[in-house]
Order: sequence, then structure tokens, then C-alpha cells
Amino acid sequence: MSAVDLTQFHKTFFEESREGLDAMEAALLALDSGSTDHELVHTIFRAAHSIKGGAATFGFSDVAAFTHVAESLLEEVRSERRAVEAELIDLMLRSVDCLRAMLARSSSGQPVADADSEALRGELMRLASGEAAVATVVAPKAAPANGWDIRFVALPHLLQTGNDPLRLFRELQQLGRLEVRRAFVVDRAPARLADLDPSQCHLGWELRLHGAVARGDVDAVFDWLDGDCELAVEAMAEETPAAAAEPAPAGVPAATPAPAADPRPARETAVASSEGGSIRVGIDKVDALINMMGELVITQSMLSDIGENFQLSQLERLREGLLQLERTTRELQESVMRIRMLPIGSVFNRFPRLVRDLERKLGKQVKLELHGEHTELDKTVLEKIGDPLVHLVRNAIDHGLEMPAQRKAAGKAETGTLKLNAYHEGGNIVVQISDDGAGLNHAAIVAKAQQRGLIAAGQELSDAEVAELIFQPGFSTAAQATDLSGRGVGMDVVRRNVRDLGGSVGVRSESGKGSVFTIALPLTLAIIDGLVTAVGHERYIVPLTSIVESLRLRPEAVRRIAGGGEVFHFRDEYLPIMRLHRAFGCADAITDIERGIVVVIEDDNRRVGLLVDELLGQQQAVIKSLEAHYRRVQGVSGATILSDGSVALIVDVGGVVRLGRRSKAA
Amino acid sequence: MAKILAVDDSVSMRGMVAFTLRGAGHEVAEAENGQLALDIARGSSFDLVLADVNMPVMDGIAMVRELRAMDAYKGVPILMLTTESHTEKKMEGKAAGATGWLVKPFDPEQLLATVKRVLG
Repeated sequence: MSAVDLTQFHKTFFEESREGLDAMEAALLALDSGSTDHELVHTIFRAAHSIKGGAATFGFSDVAAFTHVAESLLEEVRSERRAVEAELIDLMLRSVDCLRAMLARSSSGQPVADADSEALRGELMRLASGEAAVATVVAPKAAPANGWDIRFVALPHLLQTGNDPLRLFRELQQLGRLEVRRAFVVDRAPARLADLDPSQCHLGWELRLHGAVARGDVDAVFDWLDGDCELAVEAMAEETPAAAAEPAPAGVPAATPAPAADPRPARETAVASSEGGSIRVGIDKVDALINMMGELVITQSMLSDIGENFQLSQLERLREGLLQLERTTRELQESVMRIRMLPIGSVFNRFPRLVRDLERKLGKQVKLELHGEHTELDKTVLEKIGDPLVHLVRNAIDHGLEMPAQRKAAGKAETGTLKLNAYHEGGNIVVQISDDGAGLNHAAIVAKAQQRGLIAAGQELSDAEVAELIFQPGFSTAAQATDLSGRGVGMDVVRRNVRDLGGSVGVRSESGKGSVFTIALPLTLAIIDGLVTAVGHERYIVPLTSIVESLRLRPEAVRRIAGGGEVFHFRDEYLPIMRLHRAFGCADAITDIERGIVVVIEDDNRRVGLLVDELLGQQQAVIKSLEAHYRRVQGVSGATILSDGSVALIVDVGGVVRLGRRSKAA
Repeated sequence: MAKILAVDDSVSMRGMVAFTLRGAGHEVAEAENGQLALDIARGSSFDLVLADVNMPVMDGIAMVRELRAMDAYKGVPILMLTTESHTEKKMEGKAAGATGWLVKPFDPEQLLATVKRVLG
């Protein structure tokens, strides 16, 4: 049993293997699209090689065995003994998938190899032109002699390889009694001492190793010296009876080098503990953090200095110090938040593969363009945005882009273009998925919506309203329910997922020219810029990004509608008024609309007016989960602590707008 | 105890090697590719270098060649961490000036035994 607990490296191994597989996949796809960059082959090989080495080292023998076969094939490619063909790339891509699954099973402690992986391994082996699965070289088991005569002549460069004859002798001594019968200077040595280069070795030895030592053990000592010496090992010619009777030296170590087929220690089936999740942070971000910390310490010492013997004359300095503290704290906060930010490229990277697979499946031609891969997103957002994006990309290829013939007939290039773009806009990260396909099919959407009872027959709808229909629950255009998009996940789920992240999703489409889906996401989940409002004794924070305008209403601007709702006229539409004091049950709040103030908020192009008592100012709020500390409350997305130490609730704009619209409809 | 430079692009392998050697009392510096290893080697001195063969930026073989060209590393033992399947790589490493190799996969005991073998 090993003294070193290898399980501590498993998590790292899984992480780097996943990264390796991603790199492998990306390189395979680049090769697939015709690149001849030889570095790609190296990248692929290296990834497979590392996974194999790690898997074998850490005891994941199934993974190691699988990767070994893949690696052999790749080695043939690397040494240009095999051409890069579509079949090979296909097989390798499937191997990447298979390895991902195997690693996932390994990390959860499940059996690793299954029928699929074995079948695929068989395919790889067949392609690898009859190469044996594991080319284990079994060392010939020579019969042990009573001893060995060894003639060992160093070649001049021996010392320059870092090998040392003395070390060899020490090792031989551990095998048995070593007798140096003759040491000599070889003929090629320079005749004059002055010509002697001390880094060159010109010595030779005749050695005799006594004892029942296996030939393999002797060879192992000289294992590394192939090409650095002249070596002759022969069974001892004649042995004096006395020497023969000599007992084998005590404590002959069983120093047999472990052959490759040595059974590895039983795989430790430590179930990877529920992933707390780790994050790789660029060193620059950490440095920035340390920098800020240093400034904070300086400011702190300056302030405590002032505080210790404060005089009124120092007021200016105190104010300066506090300003500096504020600035540093803000910067520190930003630096800390940046640690959670990761480039969206890690999500984008899965699309080349997806697009390639869809192309093959559907017989379409798609050119994928990725932009803004370096745009950074909060880690949590990043983890959750993958699925909605996959769905949108699938949809774009499945429903948006036409078949090549159709495109040609429409006067377009046969190859459709799908663009993924990520960029900053205001306080948001915007991700756009655009295609140059046929655009939304209005007639089909309207027909479908009528069939589903989402709209009345004969209802006139604007383009925007038609586009909105596809996000309605229960709507699915999968008339041709392909196995790609028709998986029971509709656009409503995409929208819900994006909303859960505090974002929004919308679509613009032009018939015959294509569609653009736009997802807007908050920069980070943990901090918002908010407007602090007072409602009675309570404080509510409204996210700034959702505020359209704040206004005081004159009594005559408010209309009552049937059912008790109130609306007011705002920029050509009637918006429902939502009395926050009523919605949240606050006492002592202003109930006269004209005495309070109405904050118009917007979510998904839908607006409502929130009635509050007054606006207290803007503040950055660090969001604390209400659910974690209390329970989920409708219309509230979280809580925060204000500068005076009191607690304020953060208004969940999406939820409140939906509530408000419902009460209007009621 | 010795000063050892461990070079491998795999974080887990490098971690295992470094952890094992440190556990045995050695002082270990780490590098993730040959180029970085050279930079570190230049600024310090080591009793032993352990290097993976396949690495990005600069592979182990090129690194050995460069190290051997440096006066301070002419005679320092350099072991390649290599896999069975690449006999020709072993020879290439030797030709570049490597002292020997340790065949992957190895466990901590094998690593320590080999290091002991080299350092005496």
C-alpha cells in the first residue's frame, strides 16, 4: 500500500482530463474542417497521452486501456504513418465522448468500461492495423547463474548524460558481492594529460558479480546506458568452490523493476465528494486583489492613527481617509467579484462539435462563427446558460437554416451562417445567436397558436407579437418533430431558465433573411445597482437596470378598471399600478397615489408602475439569498443590508411585473 | 536531501511527483513545460531534473538538449518520465542527453526508489 494517498490528486486529474478532451475535440474539429496544422495533431496526441498516463498512475485502468489504443492510432498520425481521414476523425470524436462518459463514471465510482466503450475500443484496435492491444514486452527470464562477468567500457560522453559509473557499482553491490577484477584506461584516451577533457570518460572495468542474481537485474542496472557504453555480460566463467559455497549476501533486495503488466493497486473507488466546485483564477486577478488589500491596510492604519489622538484640525485628513477607504473598498469589491467571472468561450467551445453533428444529421451546411469568446460571465450564470444556448443553436440549425438546395433556390449561399456573439452592453452581458436562414414562419406560428388556443382565430398580430408566441408555454412548432428540437423542451423553458438568471430573451426575425435571438444577462448575480425606495417603514430596492422612469401622477391620470385594478397612461399605453404596500402588506405607507411616487419598471418589454412612498437614492446592493435565510417570497428576489444596518428587500422585477399584469388582466 | 525540478504539463502528475518527493524530504520546484523549466533552471541549481516528454511549448527532449548546453547542467542527472509505448522516445531522450527514465505509470514507491537510485 502506498504511503502517499493518491486519491487527493483524482479531482485534479478529472478536471485536467476534461480540459484535455475539450482541447482534443476542438483540434479534431479544426482538422475536420480542413486545417492541416500539424500542431493540431500534437495537441490531440498530447491530450490522449496525458490522460493515459494519469489514468494509469491513478489507477483508472479501464480509462488507461481505452486511451492506450486511441493513443497508438494517434501516434501513427503524428509520425505521419497514417493520414488524417474522416473515418479517423469520426472515431476519435466518438472516443472523446466515450472518454468523457468513462471519466464521469470513474469520478462517481461507478464501473467504468461498458459495452459501448468496449465496442469502440474494438473499432479503434481494428483500425490500428492489427496492433496488439497492449504491447507488453515481457523481459526474458534468463536462468540465474552463480554470478556474472561484466565488461563495462564507458564511452567518452557517459558522464555528460548525468550517469556515474560509481552509482552503477553501488547498485550492483546491492545485488551481490562485486569484485573489480581490472580497471583500465581505454586506448582512445589522449596520450598527454594536458589534452584530457575532464568531462570525458576513458575508463573501462572488468567486474565480477557474485551470487544467484537474475540476468534481468543486472541488465536493469545498465538499462539507462544503452548507447553510452560497451557492455558485455556473461555467466561467470569459472567459480572457485569456495566462492560458490559463499552464501548469497543477506538482504539481497528484490529489486525487480515492476513490469508494465504489474497489476495496479485496486482502484480506489472513492466517490468524488459532491463537487463543491473549484474555480481557476488568473494570477492577474489575484494580484489585483492583493494590491487592493495592501491599500486597504494602509488606509486602515492611517485612519486608526487619526482616531487615536484626534483633533478637530485633522477633520480634513479624516475625510480624505474615509474617501480613500470608500474607493479602495469599491475596487476591492470589484476585484473580488471578478474572480467569479469566467470567459464564455468555455461554453461556446462546445458548439463546433454540436454544429458538425447536426450538419451531418440534417444534411445541412453550416458555417459557425464565434465572436466575443473572451467576454466574462459570472460562473453560476455560465454554468446555467449552456443548455438554453444549446437549445437555441439546435433550433437555429433545425428550423432556421434551410437545406442547401432550398438556399440556392432562394439565391443564398448553400452554406448557412450561424453566429454566436457575446458582448457587454450597459450593465449586461448580451449573447446573440443569429442565423441567415428563413426567419420565423409567421403563418405556421399563428396557425399553431390558434390550434393550441393561445390566440383567437382571426386575431391580427404584429411581428413582435408573433415572435412572442414562440415563448409561450405549450407552444412548439415541432410540426416535423425532429429528434433534435422536439424534445419536449420548448422556448418557454429557455426563457424561464434565462429569467431565473435574472436575464431576458427575445427574438427579431426577418422573413427570408434570418433570425436573431438575444439573451441579456446580468453581469453578476451577487451585486446589483439599485434604487432604494421607502414604503412605510420598509425599504425596497428596485434594480436600476429595470427602471424606465419615476413619476408623480396627478389624480386624474389614474383610471380604475373593473375588478379593482388601477392603470395610468404612460407613453401610449396603459400600465397597471402595483401598490407595493398592498402587495407586501406594509403598514403606515402612503396610499394616495398622488402623494406617493410611481416607478415604472420593465421586464421583457412589459411594464408596470410601482407605487412607493419616496425614493431614497441609489445604492449598490450585495444580494443575500432570502431563501437560504428565510424562505422564498413572491415578488422578492433577495435581501440586502443597507448602510445603516437595516435590512431591505430586493424587488424581483420579473415576478412583480407578472403579478401586476395578472391583476390588470383580472 | 536534494533539490529536484519536476516538469510536467499535467497538474495531477506533477502534483503527485512533487508531493511524493516533498514527503521524502526533498525540495521540489515545479514547471509546466520545458521552456519554464529552463527559466527556472537558469535561476537556480538542481541535483536532479524529472521531466515529462510530451509537453506543449517545449517538450522534454528539447528541454534536455538545452539543459545539457548549459554549463551548470552538463552532469546533472535528468530523468524522463515516459510511457512504455515509446521506446524510440527513450532513445531520442538519451540522444539529447537524458540520464535515464522512469516508465509511466509509476507509483510513489517506484518514484522514490528511482530517485534514490540516481542520487545514491
